[in-house]
Amino acid sequence: MTFPEETNTVPAVEMQDIVLRFPGVLANDHVNFTLYPGEIHALLGENGAGKSTLMNVLTGLYKPQSGEIRIHGKKVSFNSPRDAIANGIGMVHQHFMLVENQTVTENILIGLDTPRFALNLKKYDQEISNLAEQFGIHIDPTAKIWQLSVGEQQRVEILKILYRGANILIMDEPTAVLAPQEADELIETLKGMAAQGKSIAFISHKLTEVKQVADKLTVLRRGRVTAERVNLQDFTRESLASLMVGREVIFNLHKCEQTAGREVLRLEDISALNNKNLPALRNVDLALHEGEILGIAGVAGNGQSELVEVITGLRPCTGRIWLEGKDIANKPPSFSINQGLAHIPEDRIGVGSAPNLSLTSNIIMKRYDQQPVSQKWQLDYVAADELADGLKTEYDIQAPSVQTQARKLSGGNLQKLILARELSSTPRMVVAMQPTRGLDVGAIESVQQMLLNQREQGCAILLVSEDLDELLSLSDRIAVMYEGQIVGVLGSEDFYITQIGLMMTGTLPEELPEKAQAEEDLTEGNYSSFDEVLDNLHNYEESSQAKRPAEIEPSSESAEPIEEIPQPEPPAPPEDLPLNLTEKERVLRKVLGENYKQGDEE
Amino acid sequence: MKIPYPVLLKRTEDSPKWLPVVTSVGAVLLAFIISGVILAVTGADPFKVYSYLFKASFGSWGAFSDVVVKATPLLLIGLGCSLAFRMRLWNIGAEGQFFVGAFMASAVVMVPLVNLDTTPRWAIISLMAALGMLGGSLYAFIAGFLKAKLNINEIIITLMLNYIAVLWNNYWIFGKWSESGFQMTKTFPKSAWLPRLADYAKQVPAFSGMTLHLGILFGLIAAVIVYLIIYRSKWGYKITLIGDNPRAARYAGINITANTILVFMVSGALAGLAGMTEVSGVVHRLQERISTSYGFSGVIVAWLAKLNPFAVIVVSILFGALLVASREIQPSGISFLIQGITLFLVISSDVFLKYEIKWVRPAQETAQ
Repeated sequence: MTFPEETNTVPAVEMQDIVLRFPGVLANDHVNFTLYPGEIHALLGENGAGKSTLMNVLTGLYKPQSGEIRIHGKKVSFNSPRDAIANGIGMVHQHFMLVENQTVTENILIGLDTPRFALNLKKYDQEISNLAEQFGIHIDPTAKIWQLSVGEQQRVEILKILYRGANILIMDEPTAVLAPQEADELIETLKGMAAQGKSIAFISHKLTEVKQVADKLTVLRRGRVTAERVNLQDFTRESLASLMVGREVIFNLHKCEQTAGREVLRLEDISALNNKNLPALRNVDLALHEGEILGIAGVAGNGQSELVEVITGLRPCTGRIWLEGKDIANKPPSFSINQGLAHIPEDRIGVGSAPNLSLTSNIIMKRYDQQPVSQKWQLDYVAADELADGLKTEYDIQAPSVQTQARKLSGGNLQKLILARELSSTPRMVVAMQPTRGLDVGAIESVQQMLLNQREQGCAILLVSEDLDELLSLSDRIAVMYEGQIVGVLGSEDFYITQIGLMMTGTLPEELPEKAQAEEDLTEGNYSSFDEVLDNLHNYEESSQAKRPAEIEPSSESAEPIEEIPQPEPPAPPEDLPLNLTEKERVLRKVLGENYKQGDEE
Repeated sequence: MKIPYPVLLKRTEDSPKWLPVVTSVGAVLLAFIISGVILAVTGADPFKVYSYLFKASFGSWGAFSDVVVKATPLLLIGLGCSLAFRMRLWNIGAEGQFFVGAFMASAVVMVPLVNLDTTPRWAIISLMAALGMLGGSLYAFIAGFLKAKLNINEIIITLMLNYIAVLWNNYWIFGKWSESGFQMTKTFPKSAWLPRLADYAKQVPAFSGMTLHLGILFGLIAAVIVYLIIYRSKWGYKITLIGDNPRAARYAGINITANTILVFMVSGALAGLAGMTEVSGVVHRLQERISTSYGFSGVIVAWLAKLNPFAVIVVSILFGALLVASREIQPSGISFLIQGITLFLVISSDVFLKYEIKWVRPAQETAQ
């Protein structure tokens, strides 16, 4: 393997034969990793494959048992993250480390030796805004952190390490917390930084974005390298997945055709406030039927969390929520649980589980009051353990025993535990928020299949996700949320990513551009990337001067029951595009970039 | 400056079951060693002091009976704190709940609520116990309610309520119930006394002079009940779940407001009962100094026992022994010194449970 740059340039990072052993686990088994200046190098692998561990070695957090690290050709040995920073290595972690009540500038200056005593904030504001401009990052240095979106906070983290003079940036699953648009923006920023000579290591387990962002790729599986510095063009999505997982991954889910049954849930004129006491939901109406998956699409923070909390009784609201004919609005959570409502929460650790309690205690969380676990005032721990043991096998939860603490489970297994608890009670309705976020490929597949099985059994499912792929492949209908309102509900015959994308930015269905034209462009492959599609969408948006729901009186169209929203005259879809699931996927792949064509040809 | 042997703390995933016991016992032993060094520095012979301490508290049955008398309120308060701490409710107000319990029990005699001459002894004592528990629980209700409904910090409230309770008692013993100007009530009639071993000295001569009273039985029964609540009952499961993750508990449909108030009230009831046993079993009157900060020592007892009700029994007896011994040696602060060092070390010893500690030698760094 020789790459042109290898002959000319000294690599920015060279890690050779890195071995790192944790008690019982070989986290890195003779791993090599090379990163050249001006390159974006993706590090792909499932959860627990050793990606983050390897990068933590590079940032001086862990000391390898053996192996060599060279930075710009010079052999180094880091004893602490401080040493790594001194060598120009900076890492943006998944969880940000920012002080909420301080400004962007103050956060960036924290921990530095200068300024020493007097703080001339204005001067530093200017410095930081210059730095941001240099790399095309949009940020207001005087803004307080709590005022910023997650995407903007991430930019602060990036600026923080750039300000410390880093030229080797490590991004640990940076898009996991971002909305699609923010992710695209981040990817642009990263590409711009690479063009200016920064080296970027990009940790991810999302195949889609890796294909979008990276030049080179290294794949890890169970601590070993399965592909080193390969070119991305040589791989299809499927072959990458099999390198990661070690087996062929089937992306086709078994979703049977079925018609929705009678109504299970109806929301009537629901409004609610968010944690800052600002309106988060405005006059939402929705209906959900037996055997139906209703997807909720939208950019993060447009009221999805509040919608889920209102339905599950965790947030007060105005209006009515009918579940199986009973009004559950403003009732305690126990009321809707008894009505057969299951909830797969967004925050698995903070809400969905009790981290320090056993698997058993977590499993019985909602049925400690039912036979056979409950015996009058007593709790039968033997029966509870038996129940947990059965579900552990049935749902394939990997853990030493049912006495294991929940916090020791990996992300995927924790989610399986939550699914086992919620789905085994044969719910009438499931509210699932981001059920596959942060999981690895194998786990995503099984979680999605479990949801489809529930659908087959006649359960009504509300699926909130920021992964459009997931929404398109699982949902029967998709409702799009923008600024706390349902902009529109699309039936499966209207699933076009352009439409959904436009509605996510607030365009009402009747203001959508001529659909036929947009779709034609897509299917003809006139766009080479998703970004271009988005650009085009924004142009449409500007030219049509779309009216945003925020400016509309609450009593406008979207306040009507959604079924009555006047849909635009649906133009006949192009004839070469029959609209079953796999075809939809084909459209999606074309939309998402030309790289997909390779995967497509099989 | 470079530390020659850097210490590496690593979170441990699994620690063996015996480890908490070993670290706790180790911490207590270490506390005695450190106190011994301090004693030696001040010029005393630590071995002599300790052997004297031991003799003073465990040297005879009579001494041991005194120890158990001191342990009784600690046991009851420690149990109440254990329950509240399980739910991460920091009830530091046991002292105040203790005083209100003592006040309510005294009210039975001082008002009087019943005819003391004709009512049978068991009925008077039962009424005193019931009112003592009611007083403690109602007093704790104030803190529980404010915490549950308005999310006001319970540590501050309970701490402040302690002072109010003490002053409330003072009002009665200095004024209305004052025994000819002294800061105490009159002595209760015998019918309001908890039975003591000494009462049976006629039948069993060995009991003569033993102050051990029925309160310890209350404490032991309470220990069993609290054990059943925590480890066997649905309510205990709810308390543990709320303690570990209140958001998850709320999501699972558990009423946090109601349980917060309830746990506070049960915790307060146990402290109130402790107050009742002191006035009815030991001093036989309401007076200013009925508590040698039992309320605060109870907090320490609960921590040392790692919130395990049966361990609370053992620890309260150890602390009772220190209290008895403190009467025997000068300065009496030595006992409190040992108490303080013990608490400090036991809490610090948690680091051994959560982390694996390694001394990294330079040789190890280069080794394969």
